[in-house]
Amino acid sequence: MSRMFQLALAILFAALPATGALAKEREVAIGLQAAITSIDPHYHNLSPNNSMQLHIFEALIARDPNGKLVPSLATSWKATDDLTWEVKLRKNVKWHDGSPFTADDVVFTLKRIPNVPNSPSSFATFTKPIVDVKVVDSHTLVLKTASPHVLLPSDLASVAIVSKLHGEKATTADYNSGKAAIGTGPYKFSAYVPNQSVVLTANYGHWAGEQPWDKVTFKILSNSAARVAALLSKDVQMIETVPTSDIAKFAKDPNFALADKVSNRVIYVHLWQWSDKSPPYVFTKDGKPLDKNPFKDARVRKALSMAINRDAIAERIMEKKAVPAAQLLADSFYGTSKKLKPAKYDPEGAKKLLAEAGYPNGFAMTIHGTNNRYINDDKIAQAIAQFYSRAGIDAKVETMPSSVYFSKATAGEYGYMLLGWGTESNEQGSSLRSLLATRDTDKGMGVNNRGRYSNPAMDQQLTQALVTMDEKKREGMIQQAAEIAMNDTGLIPIHYEVSTWATAKGFKYTPRTDQYTLAMDLKPTTR
Amino acid sequence: MLAFAIRRLTQSLFVLAVMSLLVFLGVYAIGNPIDLLVNPQADEVERARATIALGLDQPIMAQYWTFLTRAASGDLGRSFVYNIPAIQLILDKLPATLELAFVAMVMAIALGIPLGLVAGLKPHSFLGRTIMAGSILGFSLPTFWVGLVLIMVFSVQLGWLPPNGRGETVQVLGIPVSFLTLDGLAHIAMPALNLALFKLSLLVRLTRAGTREALLQDYVKFARAKGLGPRRVIGVHVLKNILIPIVTVIGLELGSVIAFAIVTESIFAWPGTGKLLIDSINQLDRPVIVAYLLVIVGIFIVINFVVDVLYSVLDPRVRLGGAAATH
Amino acid sequence: MAATAHEPAIASAPAEDEQSPWRRFAAEFFESRLALLGLAMLVVVIVVAVAAPFISPQNPYDLAQLDVMDSKLAPGDRSAGSGKAYWLGTDDQGRDMLSGIFYGLRTSLTVGVASTLLALAIGLVLGLAAAYFGGWTDAVIMRVADIQLSFPAILIALILLAVLGQGVDKIIAALVTVQWAYYARTVRSSALVERQKEYVEAAKVLALSQPRIVFRHLLPNCLPPLIVVATVQVAHAISLEATLSFLGLGLPITEPSLGLLISNGFQYLLSGKYWISFYPGLALLLTIVAINLVADQLRDVLNPRLKR
Repeated sequence: MSRMFQLALAILFAALPATGALAKEREVAIGLQAAITSIDPHYHNLSPNNSMQLHIFEALIARDPNGKLVPSLATSWKATDDLTWEVKLRKNVKWHDGSPFTADDVVFTLKRIPNVPNSPSSFATFTKPIVDVKVVDSHTLVLKTASPHVLLPSDLASVAIVSKLHGEKATTADYNSGKAAIGTGPYKFSAYVPNQSVVLTANYGHWAGEQPWDKVTFKILSNSAARVAALLSKDVQMIETVPTSDIAKFAKDPNFALADKVSNRVIYVHLWQWSDKSPPYVFTKDGKPLDKNPFKDARVRKALSMAINRDAIAERIMEKKAVPAAQLLADSFYGTSKKLKPAKYDPEGAKKLLAEAGYPNGFAMTIHGTNNRYINDDKIAQAIAQFYSRAGIDAKVETMPSSVYFSKATAGEYGYMLLGWGTESNEQGSSLRSLLATRDTDKGMGVNNRGRYSNPAMDQQLTQALVTMDEKKREGMIQQAAEIAMNDTGLIPIHYEVSTWATAKGFKYTPRTDQYTLAMDLKPTTR
Repeated sequence: MLAFAIRRLTQSLFVLAVMSLLVFLGVYAIGNPIDLLVNPQADEVERARATIALGLDQPIMAQYWTFLTRAASGDLGRSFVYNIPAIQLILDKLPATLELAFVAMVMAIALGIPLGLVAGLKPHSFLGRTIMAGSILGFSLPTFWVGLVLIMVFSVQLGWLPPNGRGETVQVLGIPVSFLTLDGLAHIAMPALNLALFKLSLLVRLTRAGTREALLQDYVKFARAKGLGPRRVIGVHVLKNILIPIVTVIGLELGSVIAFAIVTESIFAWPGTGKLLIDSINQLDRPVIVAYLLVIVGIFIVINFVVDVLYSVLDPRVRLGGAAATH
Repeated sequence: MAATAHEPAIASAPAEDEQSPWRRFAAEFFESRLALLGLAMLVVVIVVAVAAPFISPQNPYDLAQLDVMDSKLAPGDRSAGSGKAYWLGTDDQGRDMLSGIFYGLRTSLTVGVASTLLALAIGLVLGLAAAYFGGWTDAVIMRVADIQLSFPAILIALILLAVLGQGVDKIIAALVTVQWAYYARTVRSSALVERQKEYVEAAKVLALSQPRIVFRHLLPNCLPPLIVVATVQVAHAISLEATLSFLGLGLPITEPSLGLLISNGFQYLLSGKYWISFYPGLALLLTIVAINLVADQLRDVLNPRLKR
């Protein structure tokens, strides 16, 4: 009896590692920070969703890791005049079920996008400029816009193409269940559990060739310590958004590798300029409202910018995973001006400027910010307050979850607002337009200008740039607009976030500017 | 008994209505879900469209009325975030949470009552004092801290237990449970322990206090004097006397474990309702919050009902439904 | 244990004694050496909390005294600027951990004790009322308690944060809101049992006034289980505050309590910078142990039924 038992055990132990290792060879698990809210690629325009859908579906145009537009389902695109674009589609592309991809699928996609029921954030933003679609032949399309729209290729890169055959009657639930989740992408849908996991399997017939993984499991590990622990205990092979507290550890340990890249997200401050009255939460040092709005004075804004030690924040708070900022996008992006340099830390100079502006004794204010939205957001707010105390400004700090913060910030209830902005189009024109243009929502200007900064000179440059089709000329105009706004300190840029990924030994990730975590960019280093 | 049950049921319906109203007003006071749901790059037109699509353009009381009328026909609304019926989202996650809560509660009871009895019977012994001092540890450190230390030791350092998630499940009466598989047990061990620690300490202390008092009651002394063996004295008389406060606390704690295992579930990425709730609150996904709380209130009402019935079983002097008759 | 048979006294005063009640109380209390140790620890904790502004090397709540360039220094390291040593290291803002712990102790104790006392008072009154009057009073109070118990603490804290803003008083309000129902139910359950006992019946027969019956007779006999729950709950309140801080709903981050210090240091646990959460954790642990050692003994001494 006991012999039998021993034998059985021996067999079991001999068999276990072997089968385990074989099965796991081409499988990989990835720990994500944020939940995927749907597999329907047109339901919720949200970064984590947009990242996930790129595995199953593809857009006409893709973005490479540097944010550059590259061919995907379309092989070429060009503007034939100010209002007309011709798009050539890739031939011999098959949907996961084997049916062929044609122009009809694109037409169907454009029609479906504005009509997804209950969508909390629609992709219609990207397709709205298109007023007419003509099918020239099965693999050629002509798109018409009502007004010149230079960003059309960039917009198209955000629109996943779905199959007409499977999407015709499909609801969001049909995509979540996998019934309609038939794409052209390098991975096929296998399972989706809301708020928990997504499982994908390889699409061996993909037009761009085969992927290194047979099966990819994405686990939602929102808590950053849980994410790190999962990687440390080999439960996953890669995690995104490595908490800065663990950067040094992973950098030292030979069993792990770090990948990072400056992202398209800037952390910045909006200053309340809604009226000439004393801004909310800004007082004299003995607690009385000020007689006028100090933030309307460019000298005060400049002083507030100079008083921040950006290098110290980048080094001590962000563990060097941040780049001090001078504008809304890092220098490598389109439309950024090389002339703009981050404000130098100069508390004495700031004091002098404040005195010139009529505040020799400074003033008191509260810095408001989130504590769960951006990397180390609450710590940045505290550090800024620390620096301001050296420039003679009494700063208190109040941080809160984004659910409370954003509605109040949007309603103008805060004076000094710490915020972040990711420019999904990777070009500075759209961020200037949203954050700094004089607010005019009918024209889509200053939609997120929570400080209500207004500078007609910049507005003029920008409005012209937005309708200029010539790439070179346009870039020059956007650069000028940026210089006008930033030299006037329309907002206070702090730093550009650097996105980070950590991988276990034997894996290598190619980091991306758009903060997406894609299994396609994860490769084995051995084998 | 029947009258008592019916009265409780009507009261409960009223409770449910008040709860949902409170959540509506509460979420309204916190912020606008649109600010979190709509992609910041979108324009004002898109914001307006989303506001209408989610029915948030109506006055708050009108929204509540719509909810009430739909709820009357069993429809608690769809999640703003997932576009899945809120109740389905919750029911999918509920088995995992119930399982975690029960395992944690069983751990706490199985250890807490015997330890408490020992400490109560021999309050001045070394063992008794050690148990009491040890029980303080169970509630002095925050759950999230203990949870991460558990992971550090058992997953990262020793590699014995998986750091997150739920293990393999098997179907029992159509409900997926994981505590019947080895993999499932490995996964549930740490989160359940993490969750059980506080309840365990509480039970140890309550049992000890109750035991010490019971030993001084006349009937226990009488039983001892009658020459009944210590086992019978403890088993019947002492236990019976301490059961009422213990049942109350177990009832309360079971409810709170089911409802608010938020921290444990997020540290261990346990796919239960606690994690769903915190994410929904962070996103102001009102339909899910409302539906979730309604389910929880339902569970609480059942637990409280059972606890009240247990009172009258355990101690015939307690009459069901309070003492309306005596006044 | 030569306890005199003591069905809780209806003829109020306990048996006469030549000793003054205070001396007897002290003598009984100090019988246990553990309790003595606990009391000594508690005195130290309270002195530290009260004297924090005078004994701390730095005012950790004054951002002007912090230097981010000194952040995350290990225990014993010296400041790059002033050259003075940080005996327990610094956190990620360059806050001296020792000073942080002294001040944090002050804040945590205030929050824990104030919220527990307030919640206890409210819960006690409502719980007694529910049990004594029964009927509609009972139904209403208990259903409100049901609502309260099913309302997540995080949602209450979030609503209060949105409506009232941040601060120690708001956190106390949130904790009271979360906890009172707990006491109410516990009190009610023991009062329900007590109410049926002979001495209450007797008091009724004697036509004593209702408040007198409730407060002089019902209350003292409901207290023992309540004290158990309450001492545990002071600790629980402190750690609940820590949890709220962990979820980003606690005190202002520039004025950290022990709980907030722990949750700030939490993320450094896996990276080896243990001191950022270890020392505040140790301080919290010692405080709670002290409170409970004292409370355990107090309960035994005060309990009329355990009199020897």
